[in-house]
Amino acid sequence: MLRRTFLGMLGATCVGASLPAGAEAAGKEFKGYPGSKGVLFDATRCIGCRKCEAACNKVNKLPKPEKSFDDLAVLDTKRRTDAKTHTVVNKYGTPEHPVFRKSQCNHCLEPACASACFVKAFNKLPNGAVVYDESVCVGCRYCMVACPFEIPTYEYDEPLTPRVMKCDMCAPRQAKGQLPGCVAECPKEALIFGTRDELIKIARERIRRNPDRYVDHLYGEDEMGGTSWLYISGVPFNKIGMREDLGTKSAPELTAGALAAVPMVAGLWPVLLGGIYAVTKRNSKVADEERKEAVESAIAKASSEAEKTLSEALEKADVANKRQIEVEVKKAVEDALKPVEPEESAESGEAENSEKEES
Amino acid sequence: MSTPANNGPKSAFNTFNLVAGAILLVGLVLTVLRFTQGIGPVTNLDDNNPWGLWIGFDLLCGVALAAGGYTTSAACYIFGLKRFHSAVRPAILTAFLGYALVVFALQYDLGRPWRLPYPIFVSQGTTSLLFEVGLCVMLYLTVLFVEFTPAMFEWLGWKKIRKVVVKLTLVLTIFGVVLSTLHQSSLGALYTIAPSKLHPLWYSTYMPLYFFVSSIAAGMSMVIFEGSMSHKKLHRMMDEEYLKHHDGVVFGFGKAAALVLFGYFFIKMMGVAYDNNWHYLVSGYGLLFLTEMLGFVALPCFLYGVGVRDRNLSLIKKASIITVLGIVFNRFNVSMVAFNYHLPSSERYFPSMMEIGISVFIVTLGVVIFRFITTRMPIFFEHPDYKGDH
Repeated sequence: MLRRTFLGMLGATCVGASLPAGAEAAGKEFKGYPGSKGVLFDATRCIGCRKCEAACNKVNKLPKPEKSFDDLAVLDTKRRTDAKTHTVVNKYGTPEHPVFRKSQCNHCLEPACASACFVKAFNKLPNGAVVYDESVCVGCRYCMVACPFEIPTYEYDEPLTPRVMKCDMCAPRQAKGQLPGCVAECPKEALIFGTRDELIKIARERIRRNPDRYVDHLYGEDEMGGTSWLYISGVPFNKIGMREDLGTKSAPELTAGALAAVPMVAGLWPVLLGGIYAVTKRNSKVADEERKEAVESAIAKASSEAEKTLSEALEKADVANKRQIEVEVKKAVEDALKPVEPEESAESGEAENSEKEES
Repeated sequence: MSTPANNGPKSAFNTFNLVAGAILLVGLVLTVLRFTQGIGPVTNLDDNNPWGLWIGFDLLCGVALAAGGYTTSAACYIFGLKRFHSAVRPAILTAFLGYALVVFALQYDLGRPWRLPYPIFVSQGTTSLLFEVGLCVMLYLTVLFVEFTPAMFEWLGWKKIRKVVVKLTLVLTIFGVVLSTLHQSSLGALYTIAPSKLHPLWYSTYMPLYFFVSSIAAGMSMVIFEGSMSHKKLHRMMDEEYLKHHDGVVFGFGKAAALVLFGYFFIKMMGVAYDNNWHYLVSGYGLLFLTEMLGFVALPCFLYGVGVRDRNLSLIKKASIITVLGIVFNRFNVSMVAFNYHLPSSERYFPSMMEIGISVFIVTLGVVIFRFITTRMPIFFEHPDYKGDH
């Protein structure tokens, strides 16, 4: 049993040890691939023309929307990306001073979707794009739960081959040396494509030169560990639908603790439980032995006591017997020595009888 | 003669069978709908709410409520509390069925269910907590199946293989506890990746621990609850040995559940203190949180305590029902009510009738299979050929 227990423990430990191999890398700080690309969005330049939406629709060969991309009335209702739309522009602010903000996948440096995916369907490419591999996706949608920017969408109406849909920063176009569709179409240069490091410099420079025009924050530089898309704006970011409470921890950092506990549990639990088992087993064995001993000694004690009482009783009985015999003998002798009378002989006969009864 | 005869209901058309049959029929229709139309037409899920009732109830609650398997077998075989022995088989069976149904229910929620083995056999996403859940649930389901087989082998009369499996009991039990610790806690850890979506009163880095500890209370409460349900409905299948120990098991688990709930209450409060979230308690969500903590943790803890002290069986059973409901309430809060709390109410999720229908279908399926097995195999009684052979 012991050998088998040990093998069981060994097996459990191996399972645990094999798990967090990838998580280890996640613990270290990762500041993106060197020279990776990104896009800078300047909310002060965006005019809400929806040209980027139309371009995205075209280059990704997505289905035509119900209302054409020239219909700007669409901007009056808040929209989000969906399975047929990889990017949307929303209108914020007052009617006199509208502010527009484009949203799409932010291509995190350490993507929550990639960290959450249990089949590695998401990959961060060295060029900065986070791409999705349909061929392994199981459709669990944990990526959608994990994404803090609420970007991945799902083909819910597809019964057999539903896909997760999101912007891939036009990775295929990038591979051919082309700009992402939306950047290429933007008429106001509200979108700039370049290496992330360059974009950060440009953004800082714009903010430094026009402190009245911009809020002094480069969104995406540190949010969720940093993203490849960067944003500058003239109004606070929470006013244009961007969360400012996401913190700077990347998704892998958030789950690193839980993952790190796995091998510890797998390694220590069997030892602890095996130990408890051994102790309880030993305890019950000892208790059994003690009980047995106690019973034995109790029996021994009882029997010796019984013997003692018996012998005492026998002795007593012996003494009593002797005494009685003595008394009887004495009586008989006295009776015999008495002068014999005729009536008394009958009496002595009775006495003889009674003596016989007694004996 | 303690082996009960199978003198169950004579007609197949009793109330139970009719109701269960109707539910199963509706379930089949919904199943066809789901796999021909897709997830969208059947559910209220959307891009903001990718996980709904099927994850919140079928998976999270299913796994937590099936925790009776590892708690009971650990109590009996590892901690040497032999008086719980009669409760082990029903608990193992419930756990096995629970997990099997969790995996079954998952088929509805997954976009491409036939790829379920992918994370383990095709492309391993080891950085994902869901990978850990998947791996552990797969292994644990296997362990539970093996732990259940002696009852089946006794029913079939396969003595040799039964003997081999029985010898593995301790190893299987330890393996089961390790796997349960890992995946029960990983279910909580799934949500640690989304601090921006889960309300701060529920979000905590301690969530894995909360899920694990609450699963112990859930498991023990389910053993009590399910034991008393079976007592009513399947009394004819129970032998003297089972009945003799039943009250003792209830008192023992009641006592343990009171202690676990007590500890759980405090670690939950420590979580609130650690993140300094006290100010949220005076909000709407605060009220919900307090309802959960006071009504479904502190109250059953107290009732269990009083019930054990006064030897009051019915009070303990009431406490077990409250605890079971409390676990469901907690998992619903984490996965649905307090999740996406930042979204406007128009974008929030509420399950569709068809989603609820599938969940009811799956629970019914579980009850039907449980009845089928317990009225045939030696679960509530010892098989005459293997008396006292543990």
